[in-house]
Amino acid sequence: MKCQRCPKQATLHITEVLGEDRYEEVHLCEECAKKYLLEPQKKSAVAKTAAAADSGEELEASLPGPVCDVCGISYIEFRNHGRFGCANDYEAFKAELLPLLESIHGDVRHLGKTPRRLPRSQGAQVELVTLRRRLQQLVTEENYEEAARVRDRIKELENS
Amino acid sequence: MNLDSLLPNLGEWLRGTGPESDVVISTRIRLARNLAHLPFATRATSAHKADVVARVKEAITHAPPAHPLEYVDIPQLSHLDRQFLVERQLISRELAGGLEGPRGVAFDPTETASVMVNEEDHLRLQVLRSGFALDEAWHDIDQLDDALETRLSYAFHIQFGYLTACPTNVGTGMRASVMLHLPALGLTKQIDKVFRALQKINLAVRGLHGEGSRAFGDLYQISNHVTLGKSETKILSEIREVIITILQYERQARQVLLKERKQAEQDRVARAIGTLSSATMITAEETMELLSAVRLGIHLHLIDSIPVTAVNQLFIHTQAAHLQKLAGHPLDGEERNAARAKYLKTKLRELSLPRP
Repeated sequence: MKCQRCPKQATLHITEVLGEDRYEEVHLCEECAKKYLLEPQKKSAVAKTAAAADSGEELEASLPGPVCDVCGISYIEFRNHGRFGCANDYEAFKAELLPLLESIHGDVRHLGKTPRRLPRSQGAQVELVTLRRRLQQLVTEENYEEAARVRDRIKELENS
Repeated sequence: MNLDSLLPNLGEWLRGTGPESDVVISTRIRLARNLAHLPFATRATSAHKADVVARVKEAITHAPPAHPLEYVDIPQLSHLDRQFLVERQLISRELAGGLEGPRGVAFDPTETASVMVNEEDHLRLQVLRSGFALDEAWHDIDQLDDALETRLSYAFHIQFGYLTACPTNVGTGMRASVMLHLPALGLTKQIDKVFRALQKINLAVRGLHGEGSRAFGDLYQISNHVTLGKSETKILSEIREVIITILQYERQARQVLLKERKQAEQDRVARAIGTLSSATMITAEETMELLSAVRLGIHLHLIDSIPVTAVNQLFIHTQAAHLQKLAGHPLDGEERNAARAKYLKTKLRELSLPRP
């Protein structure tokens, strides 16, 4: 779909709520959308940006949000397409991502396999997270013998 | 590689053996991996993608000796060959058709292990096993992943784990799915109940060809949804538990069928074989539905003339690309339906001949 104000592809699909079951749809490219959203509100209150049609999800209208300086995609672009542009996006959009990951996975911290080539200190950090959780679980299960072993390993890693 | 050499084989996932193979067709685990210093698919140029291909090709020469991988370049393949690989579960429909630029798949001669290159992620590792074999599949794919990693630098984040193009795969990057044949739960109208329960515990149910595909022939794939915050071992043990429960339900339902309507089932199976061996036009969907009845008949010992491997062979050979490869030339929709009927008739006649 083309942008309503210029020949570019429309990436933002805005539904203006005019009140009492009346809506107006506006389809704009990112640049025009930025301008549009900064214009004084002519009609009414809530402007909502519908995210990628396939997800049917709705986002609060906002500026494109942070932009990744490695691959150049903005957070809004990511939300519209649902795909990251590069590995650095996870850092660049970290603040915005945390609630999203929480809602998808119910968690925001990796547990499990790590690359063997990971610097040793980093590998230890991941293992520490895993072990601390395991320790908690073992204590609730009253498996004190195994818990003691895990606790020793945590100490070992912390001191290394 | 001449793909035609695969034609007479069933491929690992249809071998028809493996643990619990009366209900579980196959087990599949895939890992999504990306290279650390190259843009993901949506931002990658053709040159970037060629770079990924070159690096992966170099790395697969170090795959574990149990799974020597051979690389097949997808853009160079005909449409038919691509469809053929989709039907053999070696590549996704997206890799076959939806995507552009340098991409491919490396797989081993037994079709157990494969690595898709430049799909949604730079690498999609997959291991297939027949029957219910989560531990074995994990063991294989873990080894393959380690071997590739000695040559490749993966995108990994200390908090988020393996980084993927889509946030739904981040963390372990692992999707484990088990393909089940659940005809009795369908016949006794309990299947929806089972699936509602699954959704509550965050497991996904899909048809034969994955996301968005319909469930044909009572085949269902059950897979994990969550990839972040749970270790691979934990995810696998959660799936295992659920599959064991569904297995029990399906077997109970089969016993109920035998007890309460054996005659009717016998009739249904006989009619299925009747249609399969006498139709002159038949669609892939109808073939799958009828083969499902035959497969159930075998496991309920209502028939003994047809081995399960024969059902698997009929199942794979009657899919569109396989039929055209067997015919040696392209066939349009109607011609396929006729060729499919002819193939089924010939094969079933061979099976019913008295064995020497």
